[in-house]
Amino acid sequence: MTVAPAPLPHITPHSIGRVTLRWVGIAGLLAFLVAPMIPLFIWSISFRWFYPDILPSEYSTGAWEAVISPTNNVLGATWQTTLIALLVTVLSVLFGVPAGRALGLYNFAGKRIVEIMILAPIIVPGLAVVLGIDTMFIRYGLSGSIFGVALVHLVPTLPYMTLVMSGVFSNYDVDYELQARSLGAGRWATQRYVTLPAVFPGVVVGALFTFLISWSQYILTLLIGNGQVETLPILLFNFARSEPAIAGALSVVFVLPGILVLLLSSKYLSGDSAAVGGIGNI
Amino acid sequence: MTQVTLSGLTKQFDQKSPPAVDQLDLEIESGKLTALLGPSGCGKTTTMKMIAGLLRPTFGDILFDGNSILSIKPEERGAVMVFQNYLLFPYMSIADNIGFGLKMRKVSRKEIRSRVADMLDLVQLPGFEDRRPKQLSGGQQQRIALARALIVEPNVLLLDEPLSNLDAHLRDEMRVLIRRIQTDMGITTVFVTHDQEEAVVLADKVALLFDGRLQQFDVPDAFYETPKTREIATFFGGTNFISGHYQNGSISTDIGEFRAPHSAIESGAAVLSIRPEAVELGTGGDNSVSGTIQSHVYAGRYARFQVTIGDIEIEAITEPGQVKLFGDGDTVPVRFHPDKIWVLEGDSAKQPVGADSAG
Repeated sequence: MTVAPAPLPHITPHSIGRVTLRWVGIAGLLAFLVAPMIPLFIWSISFRWFYPDILPSEYSTGAWEAVISPTNNVLGATWQTTLIALLVTVLSVLFGVPAGRALGLYNFAGKRIVEIMILAPIIVPGLAVVLGIDTMFIRYGLSGSIFGVALVHLVPTLPYMTLVMSGVFSNYDVDYELQARSLGAGRWATQRYVTLPAVFPGVVVGALFTFLISWSQYILTLLIGNGQVETLPILLFNFARSEPAIAGALSVVFVLPGILVLLLSSKYLSGDSAAVGGIGNI
Repeated sequence: MTQVTLSGLTKQFDQKSPPAVDQLDLEIESGKLTALLGPSGCGKTTTMKMIAGLLRPTFGDILFDGNSILSIKPEERGAVMVFQNYLLFPYMSIADNIGFGLKMRKVSRKEIRSRVADMLDLVQLPGFEDRRPKQLSGGQQQRIALARALIVEPNVLLLDEPLSNLDAHLRDEMRVLIRRIQTDMGITTVFVTHDQEEAVVLADKVALLFDGRLQQFDVPDAFYETPKTREIATFFGGTNFISGHYQNGSISTDIGEFRAPHSAIESGAAVLSIRPEAVELGTGGDNSVSGTIQSHVYAGRYARFQVTIGDIEIEAITEPGQVKLFGDGDTVPVRFHPDKIWVLEGDSAKQPVGADSAG
């Protein structure tokens, strides 16, 4: 080591590797996430756009006017999609966090079976599951209601939330809670000041992704919603064939939450936060 | 100042395995430092968690100053436990960690701040308020954990293996600190350890547990001088045992009869125990026999001899100069001073009286 010539200051092979890797990563993100959005955006502002033109020959704001106009109910659909996704997220957190805690921290008889049961909705195609559920929902009057749609969205989201949280809790030392109790914290104070901060990154990541999974559901919403629940994906699909410009504008509206979620959760996804460990467990 | 009484305390985690803590009766004196000593898995930490209220006993009772506290929640017991791995809350600053107990008691921010500063002075880490647990060394984390427990002025302080995760030199420092704070504040303190030397050096009284059962509860020197059983003497290490039969204040063994006024039993099958430091080489008179030196080691501050007497081999530790007086193969008088012999109960099945000499 001592006889080797001193490397140039700042630019060591190691740092070159890091910098290159970062730019490759950013380029990849742009290529795979942003580039596919560009044609959609151009569609949304085009009036005439025919092969082999690279750019439209005429532009129009008509598609965006259609999106804003009340006749197409885009605002209503956005509101309904958001409401359902929020409901699904709240329910997933309420049930997924305790379930993940039980799976991550404790050993109990039949734990393996419970784990397989939780994975079942991921293994069995959602369509098959929902066709079965639909007949039950019609009987109980849940078909065609927002609440029914939110419930059926739990089929893909709850296993996800539970698995993320079980990963988080398996890296969690429950003695922290005993320590807090011993120092004078009651049950709720312990949850509030000790447990929640420790698992919070995992809950945030799980909740954001739950929101997104619900946000982009098409087939489950279509089947249980019975045409009475109109969410953005349903609306988007209706326009996709007939009105490519409006579909393009809608798509831009549709992907915004996804990008927002990515930005919000990047803090918790990067680094050595417990949530990443949780995702690794899936 | 709180006296802690354990009465028939039992913890059984499941029906198949034996109890982790079995019918434990203990009077922990107010304001004293008491050690729970035993090999790992003997139920020390389980006992401590039950006192803290973090585990529910299967049977038995725990009393603070004569009142049962079993129905009192852990957060209201005032028995604060410091865990072996410190468990500083990682996302809180050092000041927030230490002030946690006061915050839970709804003490004003201003008062918390000044008391945290006092505590940091007490554990000799002034100015550490804004640091994060991750930035601290193990010894510093241990001291913060101690400060976090002391700030709530607990009735009972429970320390789980307080020194085991520290380096040797930090251990001595921490030992002195714990002793000083405990004496100054007069808090009834119980600490768990598997290290008999640690227990003896630090504690006013030691409770020795094997397999969840109390073996002996005594002042530290008693475990060396008057252990109740052979098992206890073995746990405290380095003792010579010679089987025999005890009657009328003397013990007859294969290698002769020795006067032994100090005994754990009245009479019957017995074991003579004598510590290597108490064996005198080259001294005749009463209670002496003739032995042959097999080997010796010079260790600077002392010398260690392996000596055979008949079929029995014993160890003697003497002052280092003795290596000049005796060589390997020499026959020397070996004396067991009567006051240094401690007689324990023998195993009557394995050692029928007189069987060895008859055979």
